[in-house]
Amino acid sequence: MARRVLLIEDEPNIIEAVSFILSRDGWTVHTHSDGLSAVERVRAHPPDLVILDAMLPGRSGFDILQELRGDPATRTLPVMMLTARGQARDRDLAMRLGATHFMTKPFSNAEVLDRVRALANG
Amino acid sequence: MSVGPSASGALAGTRIRARRLDAGVAQGELARRIGVSPSYLNLIEHNRRRIGGKLLNAIARALDLEPALLSEGAGGALVARLAAAAAAQGRPGSAPEEFAGRFPDWAALVDAQARQIETLEGQVAALGDRLAHDPELSASLHQVITAATAIRSTASILAGSETLDRDWQARFHRNIHAESLRLADSSRRLAGYLEAPGGDPGGAALSPHEQVERFLETMDHHLPALEGAQPAMRPDEIASGAPGLDAAAQNVLKHQLDIYRADAAALPLDAVAQAWQDSPDPLVIAARLNQPLERVMRRLATLPAGIGPPRAGLVVCDASGAILRRRPLDGLTLPRGGAACPLWPLFEALVRPGRPLRAVARLPGAEEETGDGTGGVLCCAVATLMPTVDWTRRPGSRR
Repeated sequence: MARRVLLIEDEPNIIEAVSFILSRDGWTVHTHSDGLSAVERVRAHPPDLVILDAMLPGRSGFDILQELRGDPATRTLPVMMLTARGQARDRDLAMRLGATHFMTKPFSNAEVLDRVRALANG
Repeated sequence: MSVGPSASGALAGTRIRARRLDAGVAQGELARRIGVSPSYLNLIEHNRRRIGGKLLNAIARALDLEPALLSEGAGGALVARLAAAAAAQGRPGSAPEEFAGRFPDWAALVDAQARQIETLEGQVAALGDRLAHDPELSASLHQVITAATAIRSTASILAGSETLDRDWQARFHRNIHAESLRLADSSRRLAGYLEAPGGDPGGAALSPHEQVERFLETMDHHLPALEGAQPAMRPDEIASGAPGLDAAAQNVLKHQLDIYRADAAALPLDAVAQAWQDSPDPLVIAARLNQPLERVMRRLATLPAGIGPPRAGLVVCDASGAILRRRPLDGLTLPRGGAACPLWPLFEALVRPGRPLRAVARLPGAEEETGDGTGGVLCCAVATLMPTVDWTRRPGSRR
């Protein structure tokens, strides 16, 4: 059974491109675009890995990450954060909140694929 | 007779020596002219003898100077500023009094440069704050990076070695085209914004809020076409016809003019003028006319000159303290970003929603009376809770 990745991102063309490259790599890709209901989405259909944008409508990715890390069921779920801001403080915040990896936009497809494979293999 | 330097009089010796050397007069020659011994003049010049007014006047005459130049020398304020400048450079105790006394012109230059440095540092700090926190800039940068990300990722798929289905190819080409348009637009706006961070930029380089401010300034914040029971124009008509505003600024202006129109309908000019005449206090007027305080404050800032109330400034900020609307007041600087004074009642009001605040803001160095008879600006502030935003509905969302 293909491993599942949940892409939480609100930009449609980024969703389409990342979904395409991950699907082609054998992943089952689910997408979600709303920050407010993102945690519920993760709980309802737990993925093997989450790619989480930092800036989402309704709720920031940092808040979502914090809630996921506070729940025993998702405490160890691999979460790769994406952000359009590469400042050290954002990276520090993400890692402090428990992100498994932090990636700055614009990223390369190869970079995303490599990191997703690495995170999935633990 | 006192010995040793004391207060300002003691350093008169330093100034006498400096002025004598400037004039090219030998110590013995000056002593001869004023009728004292060279050794005594030497003690005076080294601040080891206090000098009386008669002798000081004689020296001033001999050197063709105003006596005050020798007796007063540099002002205390100048010395204080020099001391502060030296301390700021990690050189406290650099004898600013002696420096100012001996080299008054150089001291004035150092003071001027220190002030200029302070001003420039303030501007740099304000610009740095703007880059870090300005919502317009942050949004523009986010758009640029988002578009670049989508283009890079999509183009990489198209340029890859694997053959793509024709439908996918067409789809990705469309996506790249759409993102490239977005990138062009947002990068153009960003470039214009960055090219004119603090000067007097043209309209295209201003943020939407700045364009609206400039337009309202040209109208002196009063729009007769929106006044009266039957206004001559609608807010959207004025916004779409406002010169020099881009589409985003027109939207901002329309929103502000909708508020203006509602305020004008609820508070007609004559009613406000009469209420002000009865009691020149925004809180009293709000209670008397049964209107929210924030409406009364906005209305006072849009009144025409000559109907009674004095010119009023206005500052509207959001919950983060970012200033959304300004009507400057003479002598009161109203920065948009983090350089704003945190003591303003505006910011204190944010932590007390619904509770009106009244305070007198006093401006450093402001001598002129500005409203309350004490040289201060009477400030009223109130924070209001906004309706909850439904984030599940996204205007303009493509999904």
